[in-house]
This record gives sequence, structure tokens and C-alpha cells, in this order.
Amino acid sequence: MSKKVTITIDGRRISAHEGEKLLWVALDSGIYIPHLCAIRGQDRPPAGCRLCFVEVGGRLGPVTACTEPIREGMVVRTRTPRVDRLVETAFRLLLSDHRLDCKNCTKNGRCELQVIARERGLGPDRDPLQPLPAKTYIDESPRTFVFDPGRCVLCGRCVWVDQQVAGVGAIGFSGRGIRRRVTTFGDSNLAESPCTECGLCVEVCPVGALFFKLPAKKTKGDS
Amino acid sequence: MQEKDLIPVLERIQKKYGYLPLQALKSVARELGVPAVQVYGAATFFKQFRLNPPGKYQIEVCMGTACYMAGGQVALDSFERRLKIGVGETTPDGEFSLERVACVGCCNLAPVAVVDNVVEKNVTPTRVDGILLSLGLSEENKENKENSNAQGK
Repeated sequence: MSKKVTITIDGRRISAHEGEKLLWVALDSGIYIPHLCAIRGQDRPPAGCRLCFVEVGGRLGPVTACTEPIREGMVVRTRTPRVDRLVETAFRLLLSDHRLDCKNCTKNGRCELQVIARERGLGPDRDPLQPLPAKTYIDESPRTFVFDPGRCVLCGRCVWVDQQVAGVGAIGFSGRGIRRRVTTFGDSNLAESPCTECGLCVEVCPVGALFFKLPAKKTKGDS
Repeated sequence: MQEKDLIPVLERIQKKYGYLPLQALKSVARELGVPAVQVYGAATFFKQFRLNPPGKYQIEVCMGTACYMAGGQVALDSFERRLKIGVGETTPDGEFSLERVACVGCCNLAPVAVVDNVVEKNVTPTRVDGILLSLGLSEENKENKENSNAQGK
């Protein structure tokens, strides 16, 4: 085990193992940093959601906490005007491509977008960006769960667990930029893909894009 | 084959077949020992790759600045409506494929479309119909069009 170091986050002194990623150290100490794409234990975090920005003493600009290894004497601030501005922009961009229909969403109350909005005082009603064309296709083909791309925030957690943890390789990213999405080979539906319905991807989805079918609603969906 | 060879291999497949057949992507993935969806991701990431066979007639609509300002999008929309396909797709009969390109270097003729390497100038929706008729867009489609027009009236 590597040696213990002491760092300062928002004035609090915290000791943790050197080289651990700052995001997890902060979260373990009860200091909230918004995050969507990072998963504990990743060698190379994708750092794609652009939400976990913090300012580190000695660094010119804000850095992503999920990729920042901690060092002795590090001084971190999680809330500065620059950080808040970056996080707000990233959050608004995510919402511009997220079908907001919380009251009909199974993740309502457990959604990580809602957590970020609450923690950082961000809301959907502030000067929304022009929404992207809605993705209306919903894949209900798997027996146990549903994939709704209209709610997907492209964090990539499902892709990572599918390929790295489950070792299945049924889903991945396709396209680029505005066309980027989570899909299967040849855009087939999940039932025709190698998907084993292990459910790992559903468990890691931070929003309501992947959700288990409710027994009560199953007959309705099948008909 | 190693992962770094992926793009050159895909390029060679496209050179040989004119597009990337899904079956070929599967074979490449098997050779590389990666999930097929990863190869699919790479193939869809790069604009240079196409997953549909090119049509007998290849239509490229210019979306350069000049053509865009002169109504290139209207021309593209017209092609999409008439051919009932989107950009990067091929009609089911294999006759037409539609692409968007960025500037073909004759902005004074904007908006332009390149049809089988011949530049068509001032591509208005009427001109789109003319181009497609001259290429023999199937009579059936034309009749459908006329019927729908008649119903519209």
C-alpha cells in the first residue's frame, strides 16, 4: 500500500493514500463533487462528462478531479467562479440533449442529474439551450430492461461495465459529436446483440436511460 | 493484425468494396479480438467510411459556406424527400446514394450538387426533380408523387 498523504479540500485536512484519484477521496470524505462518467477502479477515467472540475493549488486552470492523483500538501477548492462556470455550462449542455420528463421517469428521486442540480443550484428553467432533435426510439426488446436513448447522457458507464466488467461487448459508442450515441453492432436492437441481460449496465446508469421493466408494466409493454 | 492497423484495414476494405459491409466489420473484430461493436464505433466515427454500398448514381450535395447560404440545405432536403433516403444512405434499389460534401470549388454556381462527378449548378427543388428524372428515377416513384400531389389538391 502506498504511503498516506495529507491534502486540504475546501479548508478541510484529509489524509488518504498517495496516488488515489481526488474525486474518490473527496467523495469518501463527504465533500461532494459532481460527476457522471467516472467509475471507481478505472485505470483511465474517460473524463468525458466535464462535471468534476476543481481548482488545485499550483495548477493554472481547473482540472478534472477524476483524473487527478493526490499528492502531499495538495490544496483543492471545489467551488470557485471558474469551476462553477465550467460545471454550469457542462450541465446545461447535458440537459439540452436530455428529455426532461422527471415525473414519468423511473429514476425520479434517484437520478444523478437531479443530485447535481440540487447540490449546485442548477435547474432546467435557466435560459435553456436550444434542444437537440429528440431521440424518440426506445429499445424494449430485452426481456428484463429498457433502453431509452432520449434520456442518455453519454457518460459511458454502461459501455465500460459491459466491456470491462461483464466482458460481453454488446454495446459501445457509435458516431461522433452530435450523432454520438450508445448502440449495438449495426444498430440492431439489444435482443439481437450479444447482450446477456446481466443487468450491470442498468445498475450503473446514472439517469433513467437504462431501467428495469416493472413486473406490473411488463404486460403493457409486451402488448 | 493489431489494433493500430484497424483504420488502414478498414480503408483497404472500403477501397475494394466501395463501402464497409457489416460482415467485414465482424471479421475484422474477430481478427483483432475486440467486440464487434468497437469496430462499428470506429467505422461510424470517421466521415471517410460509409456503411452502405454506393448507388449507381452518386449524388453529392455541397454544404460549403456559399452553397449553404444559397440554399444548399433546401436542395439536400429535396433530394432526401424525393429519394426517401437520408445523407449517407442508398435507395433500396441501389440506384441512388446521397452524400453531403464541403465545397467542390465552384461557389459562383451555388448551390451545387455533384452528380456522378458532373457539377449541377443552381440546384433548386425544381432542378432536383429535373436531375432525378433525367437519371430515370423509377416511374413508380413519379406516379406516387403525382398521386400525392393530386390528393393534396
